[in-house]
Amino acid sequence: MTPPQIDFANVGKSYGNSGVVLQGLDLKIQKGEFVTLIGPSGCGKSTVLKLIAGLTSPTEGTIKVNGMAPRDARETVSFIFQDATLLPWRPVGQNVGLGLELDGINKAQRREKTEALLRLVGLEKVAKFYPRELSGGMKMRVSIARALATSPRLLLMDEPFAALDEMSRDRLNEELLRLKAEQGWTGVFVTHSVEEAVFLSSEIIVLATHPGRIHKVFAIDLPFPRTAALRETAEFGALVAQVSHILRGAIAQ
Amino acid sequence: MNVANAIAVFAGLLLIWQLVVWIFHVPPYMLPSPLAVSRVAISRSSSLLASLSITAVESAGGLVASIIVGVLIALVFAQFRWVRRTLYPYTILLQTVPIVAVAPLILMWIGGGTPAVAFIAFIISLAPIIANTTQGLISVEENLVHLFLMHSASPAQILFKLRLPYAVPSLFVGIRIASGIAVIGAITGELYAGSSRIGAGGLGYSILYASSQLQTDYLFALVAAATVLGFAFFFLVMFFEWYFLHRWHESARAQEST
Repeated sequence: MTPPQIDFANVGKSYGNSGVVLQGLDLKIQKGEFVTLIGPSGCGKSTVLKLIAGLTSPTEGTIKVNGMAPRDARETVSFIFQDATLLPWRPVGQNVGLGLELDGINKAQRREKTEALLRLVGLEKVAKFYPRELSGGMKMRVSIARALATSPRLLLMDEPFAALDEMSRDRLNEELLRLKAEQGWTGVFVTHSVEEAVFLSSEIIVLATHPGRIHKVFAIDLPFPRTAALRETAEFGALVAQVSHILRGAIAQ
Repeated sequence: MNVANAIAVFAGLLLIWQLVVWIFHVPPYMLPSPLAVSRVAISRSSSLLASLSITAVESAGGLVASIIVGVLIALVFAQFRWVRRTLYPYTILLQTVPIVAVAPLILMWIGGGTPAVAFIAFIISLAPIIANTTQGLISVEENLVHLFLMHSASPAQILFKLRLPYAVPSLFVGIRIASGIAVIGAITGELYAGSSRIGAGGLGYSILYASSQLQTDYLFALVAAATVLGFAFFFLVMFFEWYFLHRWHESARAQEST
């Protein structure tokens, strides 16, 4: 078996006096998986993403991403934040090209790649618009395009659709799976929505709190590709009910 | 702001002023009528414009210098927290130092005339530029910094591609405040360090001279010129702010609709 893309060994994180955020986390994520972290607030879901990205360091244990320290693996990792975090002074096209620009890719290649990505997320018509002229859903698409521009092997997503209405969220969920199928990256996703988690994931990790730790790992064996119609099936409903039940157990602890 | 209303109010005030002078026979050295003021403004327009342009150059020079130096200082403050912690209190000193008290020193060090007055305008307008720009540079959202870090951005890239553009709206708040006090600084500076050579005195010097000669009508014309200069600076800054920000920033948008 190939080594896991993400490997947490007994990882703990605590902040000075304010207490333990995560404790004894053993976590392996294989290439090509779509793993969702779900749990009550304060369980450290977002901290797990930041640890994988090397934006914060563990106080205990070791983390390997692609066999490397998280900071050294950043080149192949993209992060999508809860808000779209676009640069408001740049038009959409230049926002999508930001990562490529910082990586020192020349202008012609940047333009080519940016245009391709805008087509991919259906935003080619608004390339010259400024972020404030876009709806919340469109901004998030730009954010996704920007993250994918650097051809990541691993995509970290911290509640990216939490601020959107349900329709936009469902549509973006479907689009995200389509992009994953086309590009084959590994996804680690954080959400509060059980439905979203079931729809997207090959595996759901339910976290418990005080201190943040793994409560249960739950495989979602629904076949890919998944389409909007899946949400109406009894099987989907049953899985949502099951995961909700586990989540309630995690909160009750 | 409704321009038509503002003009109507202004015209009304001028009319009342004119009537008061007529009805109560106020002596012209106490309060000249608006008509008398405009007459002298026309008859002495060349010296009035000369004074105006001198003060305009002095205040613009001081303002531009304070923008350049202020932004450079703010960049250093944003990049090195310990420098900011150590030196920031001294920028308050810039604001509290009484210009009247240091003017003689400046006069002694760099002599009288335009450079000295521009220097006074520079000192007095520096603090708001530093304060606002620094605030803008350091208040960048944490996630935006994380985004740049994920692409292994260098500190220079974070500073120039993220912090600096992020701070431009705050910089303009600073410039707007500074533009008003640069003009006031220049006029005050001229009272102490302005040139008194014929034709080389700015508005401040001319105000001093006109009041000593009881040329009250010309004094009023000079005050009006100073006010116009302040307005011109303010609208010029507003224009640049709109030009640089209207495409992407909400505050510039809001101004458009009012």
